[in-house]
Amino acid sequence: MRNFFEKLEKLDRRVIFIFVGIALVLPLFFPLNIKFSVTAPVKSFYDAIESLPPGSKVLLSADYDPGSMPELWPMHLAALRQLCKRNIKIICTQLWATGSPLAERAFNLVTVGEYHKQYGVDFVNLGFKEGREVVMVSMGNSIPQTFPTDYHGNKTTDLPIMQGVTNFGDLAMIVNISGGLPGTKEWVLQVVSRFHIKLASGCTAVSAPEFYPYLQSGQLVGLLGGMKGAAEYEQLIGITGLGKRGMDSQSVAHLVIFFFIIIGNIAYFSMKLMKKEKE
Amino acid sequence: MPSSELIGTWLAAGLTLFCFSFLYKDNPFYKFAEHLYVGISAGYWTSLEYHNVFRPNLWDPLMRLDLNILFSFPRVGFAFMWQSLILIIPFAFGILFFTRFTKNFAWLSRWSMALIIGIFAGIAIIGYSTGDLILQIRANLLPLWTGNWLSSLNNILLTVGVLTSLIYFFFSKEHKGALGAGAKVGIWFLMISFGASFGYTVMSRMSLLIGRIYFIFGEWLRLIK
Repeated sequence: MRNFFEKLEKLDRRVIFIFVGIALVLPLFFPLNIKFSVTAPVKSFYDAIESLPPGSKVLLSADYDPGSMPELWPMHLAALRQLCKRNIKIICTQLWATGSPLAERAFNLVTVGEYHKQYGVDFVNLGFKEGREVVMVSMGNSIPQTFPTDYHGNKTTDLPIMQGVTNFGDLAMIVNISGGLPGTKEWVLQVVSRFHIKLASGCTAVSAPEFYPYLQSGQLVGLLGGMKGAAEYEQLIGITGLGKRGMDSQSVAHLVIFFFIIIGNIAYFSMKLMKKEKE
Repeated sequence: MPSSELIGTWLAAGLTLFCFSFLYKDNPFYKFAEHLYVGISAGYWTSLEYHNVFRPNLWDPLMRLDLNILFSFPRVGFAFMWQSLILIIPFAFGILFFTRFTKNFAWLSRWSMALIIGIFAGIAIIGYSTGDLILQIRANLLPLWTGNWLSSLNNILLTVGVLTSLIYFFFSKEHKGALGAGAKVGIWFLMISFGASFGYTVMSRMSLLIGRIYFIFGEWLRLIK
């Protein structure tokens, strides 16, 4: 027994990598269809968009990069689908430079590809603007002045969708897809409390625990946390994307990690006890 | 699939495998991918900042500036002149950053740094005080009995958690007696929150790995439908 625990204590980390790898890969080939329920923060996110009247304008801020795509891309696409389905006009900005091509790709895929919406009328990509919190505050004064041209170089004030849009007061809500800083925290601190506009956030799982207090205080109207949040949101919309597909792998991998934590702790405490007895 | 996209997919797949090879041990393939990433990121950011920030916000408007305006102050008026010349101020502060390369004038770069820190500190203080401090305190002032057992328990837990965690960070008095007991309960609450954060971090990292695996088996090898 002692030998077994000693071996376990010195287990090569690559063995754990192999187990985790297998746990992640197999469910992608052989889906287990593990059922999961929709949590209240995700339902609130969905309901907040559902409650908007058709034709209203929403600011979608895609503040992330390809590094966090597996978590945020599914919720970005799902949010676009719900907004298009509801006939809500989308004004998109990015506070992350690498978010611009992703926003453009998402628009081509969903807004144009699936819903045949018209650029400049139903949606617009205002592109990236450097300045983080300064940009947010500046948009509170004037969105066309902060973004004089869109991603394609068109004059913002000439676009039909931008008619009647001066600042946050002319928007129904903000949907933020956040990969870090600047992201949801900055939108909450700089915009929600100052300009009193509704904010719904889709964020990486790492940052989700930090945002729960904002949900409890009402500063966020909804929260999608990581791939699990994306999967729940996809379930509500009625689609199957990477969020839902990845949940089986996620669950099995968690079980494997759980198993290794338990085994590791048993080995650690048993060895400690054996050493004590020897003394 | 267009050939450009095909090349991109193969390149991305190759680089992903190079990165994964680190899981076995450090090797030249991983190092190559790492250096390539750093180099491309630096180049991408420099080009992006130049085309998206420096040129449209400063250089192009400055180049369009008519210097005769300096001599036509009575005719055009102060407001117009100020609006046109204000860009020279950020330009000058930007130039001051380069004084870091000289020994004698390096101290001048602190002015530019001070301006940036001042602006961001001002914005952050307003945001944190109105958005975080006041609203979060207000959100924690909850009734301990709501008429519903579950929500009352929730509110009690939240209140006890906030108070005991605050006690833990109160260092002006030794943690003994009631204060010590409160601090110990606070540690439990903090540990539970760290556990939740760690759980979410594991979930996040697994998601990233799923994304890459899905790319390799789905988009590259097309083995997953």
